[in-house]
Amino acid sequence: MQVNSEFKPTIVAFCCNWCSYAGADLSGTNRLTYPANVKIIRVPCSCRVNPMFILRAFQRGADGVILCGCHPGDCHYTTGNYFTRRRMTLLFSMLDYLGIEKERTRVEWVSAAEGAKFAATMNEFVETVTRLGENKRLEDLRCKN
Amino acid sequence: MQELIRQKAIELLENGTVDRVLGWKAGEFFYDLTPAVFRTREEIERDFVYSVFSGANFSKYLVQESRREGKIAAFLKPCDTYSFNQLLKEHRIWRDRVHVVGIACDGMCDIDKIRAAGARGITAVERDGDTLKIETLYGPMTMPKADAEAERCISCKSRKLVVYDEKIGEDGDVIADSPRFDMVAKLEAMTPDERFAFWRGELSKCIRCNACRDVCPACTCEKCVFDNPKSGIAQKAAANSFEENMYHIIRAFHVASRCTDCGECTRVCPQNIPLHLLNRKFIKDINALYGDYQAGADLETRPALLDFQKDDCEPSVVYERGGEQA
Amino acid sequence: MLKIGVFVCWCGTNIAATVDVEAVAEALSHEPGVVFSTNYQYMCSQAGQDMIVEAIHKYDLGGVVICSCSPRMHEATFRKTVQRAGLNPYMLEIANIREQCSWIHKDKAEGTEKAIILGKAAIAKVHLNAPLHAGTSPVTKRALVIGGGIAGIQTALDIADAGFPVDIVEKKPTIGGKMTQIDKTFPTLDCAACILTPKMVEAAQNENIRIFSYSEVEAVKGFVGSFHVTIRRKARYVKEDVCTGCGLCTEKCPQKKIPNEFNLGLDNRRAIYIPFAQAVPKVATIDAEHCMMLKSGKCGVCAKVCTAGAIDYKQKDQLIEEEYGAIVVATGFNPIKLDHYDEFAYSQSPDVVTSLEFERLMNAAGPTGGTLLRPSDGTHPHTLVFVQCVGSRETRDCGKPYCSKICCMYTAKHAMLCREKYPDTEVYVFYIDVRTPGKNFDEFYRRAVEEYGVHYIKGMVGKVVPENGKLKVQASDLLTNEQLHIDADMVVLAAAIEPDESARPLATMLTASMDTNDFFTEAHPKLRPVESPTAGIFLSGTCQGPKDIPETVAQAGAAASKVIGLLVKDQLTCNPCVAEADELMCNGCSSCEKVCPYGAITYVDKEFRGPNRTTLLRRIAQVNPAVCQGCGACTVACPSGAMDLKGFSTSQIMAEVDAICK
Repeated sequence: MQVNSEFKPTIVAFCCNWCSYAGADLSGTNRLTYPANVKIIRVPCSCRVNPMFILRAFQRGADGVILCGCHPGDCHYTTGNYFTRRRMTLLFSMLDYLGIEKERTRVEWVSAAEGAKFAATMNEFVETVTRLGENKRLEDLRCKN
Repeated sequence: MQELIRQKAIELLENGTVDRVLGWKAGEFFYDLTPAVFRTREEIERDFVYSVFSGANFSKYLVQESRREGKIAAFLKPCDTYSFNQLLKEHRIWRDRVHVVGIACDGMCDIDKIRAAGARGITAVERDGDTLKIETLYGPMTMPKADAEAERCISCKSRKLVVYDEKIGEDGDVIADSPRFDMVAKLEAMTPDERFAFWRGELSKCIRCNACRDVCPACTCEKCVFDNPKSGIAQKAAANSFEENMYHIIRAFHVASRCTDCGECTRVCPQNIPLHLLNRKFIKDINALYGDYQAGADLETRPALLDFQKDDCEPSVVYERGGEQA
Repeated sequence: MLKIGVFVCWCGTNIAATVDVEAVAEALSHEPGVVFSTNYQYMCSQAGQDMIVEAIHKYDLGGVVICSCSPRMHEATFRKTVQRAGLNPYMLEIANIREQCSWIHKDKAEGTEKAIILGKAAIAKVHLNAPLHAGTSPVTKRALVIGGGIAGIQTALDIADAGFPVDIVEKKPTIGGKMTQIDKTFPTLDCAACILTPKMVEAAQNENIRIFSYSEVEAVKGFVGSFHVTIRRKARYVKEDVCTGCGLCTEKCPQKKIPNEFNLGLDNRRAIYIPFAQAVPKVATIDAEHCMMLKSGKCGVCAKVCTAGAIDYKQKDQLIEEEYGAIVVATGFNPIKLDHYDEFAYSQSPDVVTSLEFERLMNAAGPTGGTLLRPSDGTHPHTLVFVQCVGSRETRDCGKPYCSKICCMYTAKHAMLCREKYPDTEVYVFYIDVRTPGKNFDEFYRRAVEEYGVHYIKGMVGKVVPENGKLKVQASDLLTNEQLHIDADMVVLAAAIEPDESARPLATMLTASMDTNDFFTEAHPKLRPVESPTAGIFLSGTCQGPKDIPETVAQAGAAASKVIGLLVKDQLTCNPCVAEADELMCNGCSSCEKVCPYGAITYVDKEFRGPNRTTLLRRIAQVNPAVCQGCGACTVACPSGAMDLKGFSTSQIMAEVDAICK
């Protein structure tokens, strides 16, 4: 695949209020950097993220969607992220089944203390999505000829 | 079989067990059977049809029917009883207002397969044991019933009636070696580009008629998200070309771990999109990742998406599992 | 359209250095609904806040967007600010342009562009905000403590000291729990009864404490602040308020051969009994299973000898109902059954005992009057083998995967006491590891080894075979890699501890969550260790995990302080960002209920208007806003989208998505 150095992907990151959003804040407090194309949406818990939100983001032109929550077992609401884990596993598997680049979606568990992990994850995810290039398959499925 | 069922229907009406009977009657074409509610012996004797084309799964109609006064009799085939059970589990049907007559089934037929065997101008199809006797404008012909069986019946998951008040005929067992996941596995083995091409070819045919949703026994929502402007995904006309994909992914996700794999979605699709392959993908994944689960098999087991284990696999399993990189 | 004001904060140079705040304010002023957009050095300062209040009045703002630091920092501050201006505090959204923008990005153009997008997302969201009102619910100023062991007693005493009434429900005839059966306590070796029984008496005499002994919780309804609890007071066939506890009946009862639970079956009691001398309440109880009068109507000796006339063979179980504001679980533990550990010959020889049985054999009030004698023949044992980790840290299904925590210390105590009282004994302790974290714990263990000459051997006992009055112990010494054969007189097994069997059904009643080992889970393992995730349910003692007495007492006090903190409130303010089901769309399918960790969702059958003047009865979900914590799991489980989360609604999040992806 041709790497387009000019291409700046649009990345939506859903972060749970208690762990990952605080982790993202911490990476800022520590002045760690990651690309500006990552935009964070705060949710109370990763389990609030409906697969519809992810599809909607792709439909509206996102190139990658990442979902961050508390580590399994550490959910602020005790069990929310366990449900997230099953839902997203099945959704991602379905996207892959439809031939959509599975690297465009990701779940990462980032605690409030893991500012460095948050930044590293975002850097790596942006790099992966940049390599994949623009999201065409999720926007343009109809036969064009 | 039709006679036995008609007799049972009349008996249940006349002995006061029920005041209505849910069954099939001929639609525009003799093979195009539609659901109907019968209230009298006369109606039954005149219109009630049970044939190799009685494939429609009527469990969904009982959501509304069981809310009416009185009691209704429903004739359910094994696959229909799974849907019925699943609806019971979701508190959608009032069990005490339905008298379930389970009917044994060994597979329904597909008119297109009969046509494919060379029959033209078909006027009647009669089953005689393992043979179909076909009347056509050009004279009679026969073919083995097995050759005319619907795809979903060839890959039948179970011939067992999982819920009934009484039954007609002897039902069978769960079919452990059903080939129903073969096509899913075949797709999984393709490259992402091939899969993408396959699904683009199929889903771009979608005309958003909503037939798959309307027939689906798992889709009984009081208000469907696709009809609700507040849900943000309600537009019926495709806003862009991703629309129908999104529709089918969301629909499949909404019924994931609730879909009993009855195959009605594919049967009714006017564009012949193999929609059941989406649902089966979820079923196959759930079985592989979270342990075997058959929706509707019982009333107790928690659906996989409403349950979890602390040591469930991570979503990254999707990247690690075979298949080439896109 | 909602009139929106946008306030962009410089945060000194924290934001302004990498974000062109003026450009952001200017760009956002063109967004739909925005009627006022400005920037200021410190939005959170008094002057900044006044500026917001003024603008709300001047421009009649309906919604406010503040582009500043993280909402985790100042959301609460700015909510108060807009409230001061008469706006609903939830008509505010914060765009995080410091922690998640200016501090991350070095390039000013990039930072500015991102800040604008984040601002647009916040504007898109605030358009869909609705005024939210935190509901309140009343607090019944009474606490229930379930379990009357040291944990329950301590919690009850602390709550009662603060002036609130407390009820203790204990299923046994007396409070006191496991600690009553313990002889001495580590690492100080003071006698358990000497420190526990005064507390039991204190609980009985405290005006604010009611003790329901021989009682169980039958049903729990309601939620934090107003739990409605049904308690079953089991018939003890003795009038509690009449019995003087003289004990005459317990001496005259002809049924003598009933294993005495208090001494773990090492001796017998009568069919009417008082568990032990310091029992609270000190009242006799008839064991209906063994009483001849209750079984066949022939006997009645106790009634004849009772001068107080306290015996009542016709007594029935009594159900009482009570309201509570908070519930403390203190159900404690039991040693595991040793059925699966017959390699240690527990079922084959009475001289193989558990550590708790050993406590009774050493105790002055025990079956042997405090002299250590072999249960089989009453002789003095010379060689004792202690086996640690029996069923603890066990990967096989029959055991427990966790460390029972107390066994290392009590085994050291047993070994030490043994050597002290009977210097002629040889004492061996087989261990996997010796775990002694705790104040003065390691010193204690070292004394056992160094001063008392206890033989500590790293290794497991493979087999115990009773033979000719001896116990042949086969073991391996892992450090010398030798097989050992010891002819022991007694073997003491440090059985793992597990939660009491009443805990699981209780957890179901309380909708409190448990881990796979049936220990109650805490709301947060580090930061909220004495609260259950279910609001109003608190945890005290070993029901939450293995602990020793000082830890239990500490946790009991902590739980009490949490309860007091709740009961001093007249009203509870609920989090207004809770789930709500749209009853017109709800299917009543119960999916939401299955993913709710708090049991906040219930179902009712409700009549709706159908076509042609008919009515339709439909099952619909209802969320109790006092119990819901607002995680949103239900919103995704709901197939119809009837369930939505206030403050984080589907349309709000979608609007943010759209704003970002545009």
